[in-house]
Amino acid sequence: MIVKLNGVKKSFPIERGYLKTASGVVNAVDGVSLEIEKAETFGLVGESGCGKTTLGKLILGILKPDAGSIEVGTKKIQVIFQDPQASLDPKMRVYDIVAEGLVLQSSAVRRGGLNLPYGKIAKGQVEEMLDLVKLPKGALNKYPHQFSGGERQRIAIARAVLTDPEFIVCDEPVSSLDVTVQLQILRLLKDVQKKFSITYLFISHDLRVVRFMSDRIAVMKEGKIVEEGPTQKIYSKPDHDYTKLLLDSILNI
Amino acid sequence: MKELIKNRLAFGALIFIFVILAFALFAPLIAPYDPSAIDTDSILAAPSRIHILGTDPLGRDIFSRIVYGSRISLSIGFIAVGIAVLIGVIFGSIAGYYGGRVDSVMMRFVDIMLCFPTFFLILAVIAILEPSIFNIMAVIGVTSWMGVARLVRAEVLTLKERDYVAAAEVMGASDAWIIARHLIPNAIGPVLVSATLGIGGAILVESALSFLGIGVQPPTPSWGNILMDGKSTLGVAWWLTIFPGIFILLTVLAYNLLGEGLRDILEPGLKE
Repeated sequence: MIVKLNGVKKSFPIERGYLKTASGVVNAVDGVSLEIEKAETFGLVGESGCGKTTLGKLILGILKPDAGSIEVGTKKIQVIFQDPQASLDPKMRVYDIVAEGLVLQSSAVRRGGLNLPYGKIAKGQVEEMLDLVKLPKGALNKYPHQFSGGERQRIAIARAVLTDPEFIVCDEPVSSLDVTVQLQILRLLKDVQKKFSITYLFISHDLRVVRFMSDRIAVMKEGKIVEEGPTQKIYSKPDHDYTKLLLDSILNI
Repeated sequence: MKELIKNRLAFGALIFIFVILAFALFAPLIAPYDPSAIDTDSILAAPSRIHILGTDPLGRDIFSRIVYGSRISLSIGFIAVGIAVLIGVIFGSIAGYYGGRVDSVMMRFVDIMLCFPTFFLILAVIAILEPSIFNIMAVIGVTSWMGVARLVRAEVLTLKERDYVAAAEVMGASDAWIIARHLIPNAIGPVLVSATLGIGGAILVESALSFLGIGVQPPTPSWGNILMDGKSTLGVAWWLTIFPGIFILLTVLAYNLLGEGLRDILEPGLKE
C-alpha cells in the first residue's frame, strides 16, 4: 500500500464582499477513505465539481486537509495536470522544464541556491527521457508554445518520470486532447508505468479513459466516494445508482 | 522585434532613444566644444554655424552642454528606474506570493507611500542631504517603486495559481525558487513597459529638480540645469531654454511611445 486516506475532509469558504465574510462552505472532499496499492492504477471518476481534483491536491500535499489523515508512503511523488499549456512554464525551454525536477534534487538547490546548475545535470539523461516519450532531440531548445497539446503532455510526462517517481497523480491528463492523441498519451503512460513500476492515481471524468487505464476504480459524487471496486466489477455490475447513471450516459452518447 | 518595427511610432521612438544614447556614450566625439569652456568673445551668441544651438551667458556652447548633459539625465533615468524596479519586483512578488496578512500589510505600506506628494518628498530629502547625482538617483528610485510593486503583485496573484507552480511545489521547490524562477520571469513583461515609461518620468523629475536649483549642481551640465541657466535671459536668448526643453520633451515622449508600443506587443490582450 502506498497511499492511505482516512476520513479526509476539505471545505472551502464561500466569501462574499469586501470584508470576506463567509456565507457558507463548499464541502469539496467530504470524508474520503481509500487505499492505493503499489504499482496499480487507481482510477478516480466523477463529474466536474465533485472534488476529484481537490482530492488529488490533498494527496500531493498542495492542500492541507481539514480533518482525517493522509499517509503517502513515498517522497517520490509527481503530478501530471490536465492542461499542459498551464503546467509548463512558458518562459522556460523544454530542457529546463524537463530537468527542473532533477535540479531541485541537487544539493546546491537544496541548500537554498537559486542558480540553475543545469549544465551539471547529465544532458544525456534528459535526452534519453525525451526519446522515451518520443519527442525529437531538437525539442530541447524550444519553448512550450512551439508544441501541440499532445507533445506538451509528453514533455510533462518526461518531467515527471525523469525524477524516478514511485507515485504519480494524473489529473485529467488527456481531457484537453483530441481522441487520437488521447490514446497515444494513455499508451505512453502505461508503457512508462510498466517500465518503472510507478503507481498512478488516475483522475478523470471520462469513464472510457478510466476503464482503459485502471485496475481499480472509485466513483466520486459531491465529495464522497459512492462506490469502489475492481474495474471489471464496476463496469459489469455497478451497485450504486449514480454509477449506473454514469455508465448509462456513456452508452447514450 | 519584428512587431516593434511594424509599430512606426514606437520604432521611431526607439531610434531617437538610440541617438540620444549615442550622444551620451560618445559625447567627447560628438560635442564640438568642451561643455564648460568659457568663451568671453561669444557670450549669448544666437544659433549659428559656429555654435549651432547658440551659447549661454558664459559663452559655453549649448549643443555641447546638451550632449554632455544627456549623460547625466539618461543615467539618472536608468539608474533611478533600475532601483525602483528592483524594489518593486521584490516587494510585489513577496506580497503577491504570500498573500493574506503579509500582502495586506505590504500593500497598505504601498498605499501610504503613494499618498506622499512624491515631488515634495524628494525636495525635502534632497534639501536635507546634499544634491549629488547619486542622491538624486537614489531618492527618485526609492519614491517611485510603488507602481511596479502593484503591477508585479497583481501578476503574481494570478501566476501563482498556474499548474507549473503547483508542479514545482510537488517537486520540492522552495518559495524563493518559485518566485525567482517561475513568477518573476513570467511577470516581467508589464514591468518592462512600466520601467520604460518610468525612465521618461525620472528624466522629468531630474529636470524639475535641477530647474529648481537643487538637482545636478553646476558646472556639471544636465538638461534641467541648462534650462535653468536660461531662465534669467529668456527675454534675450530664447535658445538657452528652448533647446534643452525640446530635448527633454522629445526624450520623455520617446520613452512613453516606446513603452506604449511595448505594451501593445507584450500584452496583446489589452489592445482589443
